[in-house]
Amino acid sequence: MSMLSLKYEVPGDDFTRAGEASSDVKHKLKQLGYDPGAVRRVAIAMYEGEINMVIHAGGGEAYVEISPEEVEIHLVDHGPGIPDVEKAMQAGYSTAPDNVRSLGFGAGMGLPNIKKYTDDLQIETEVGKGTTLIMKVRPGA
Amino acid sequence: MKVRDIIGILDAQVLQEGDLDTEVITACGSDMMSDVLAFVKDQSVLLTGLMNTQVVRTAEMMDMRCVIFVRGKEVDPAIVQLAAQKNITVLQTRYRMFTACGLLYLNGLRGGCEGA
Repeated sequence: MSMLSLKYEVPGDDFTRAGEASSDVKHKLKQLGYDPGAVRRVAIAMYEGEINMVIHAGGGEAYVEISPEEVEIHLVDHGPGIPDVEKAMQAGYSTAPDNVRSLGFGAGMGLPNIKKYTDDLQIETEVGKGTTLIMKVRPGA
Repeated sequence: MKVRDIIGILDAQVLQEGDLDTEVITACGSDMMSDVLAFVKDQSVLLTGLMNTQVVRTAEMMDMRCVIFVRGKEVDPAIVQLAAQKNITVLQTRYRMFTACGLLYLNGLRGGCEGA
């Protein structure tokens, strides 16, 4: 059973605001007294996902379901999609433009980091349509 | 060491004061935030030359207590403002990254990812 359902708009045109949704989720999980290790893993994975949405896809929406058993996050964008998911999952592989690297991201660690910190990661993507990341984090896992 | 000890070691300016009595054991120095996010080892201090609000966001996600801007770079007020909301200490030092990290290491701070 879900304890809390949250929805956020992730603005695509404002890099300085990227991470606001993740910050709010982290704050709410802490308030709920959620397992601190899981809180941090959720925060980092969702934050990387949010940054990706801003860098690559012009923003999108984030849906978060919190239950005692797990936190399930859906990051939905309507961007260009990922042509080669396997490649995108390789550490160090990046298609981000140079200006993104000057902002401290685009090192090709986003998706590998998300995979590392989540207990389950599904990527649904279609070139020209967009990408949905479904990630699950379980406390104590 | 405590966060307040860093101020003396790096001859740093305090731009935003969080809890200066927080005990810190490990630190991480990088301009790439994704690299910082890749290794969670309870680092509580972040040294960086990168200058945007995502530095504070990254510190927040990692539960870091102190951000140090190296090379005497002018710090954007928006960064200080966000750090104040998150109760994260912001310091500025004229030392370059290598020297700043070295001074902290000499004084007992470690990387937290031993052997890496």
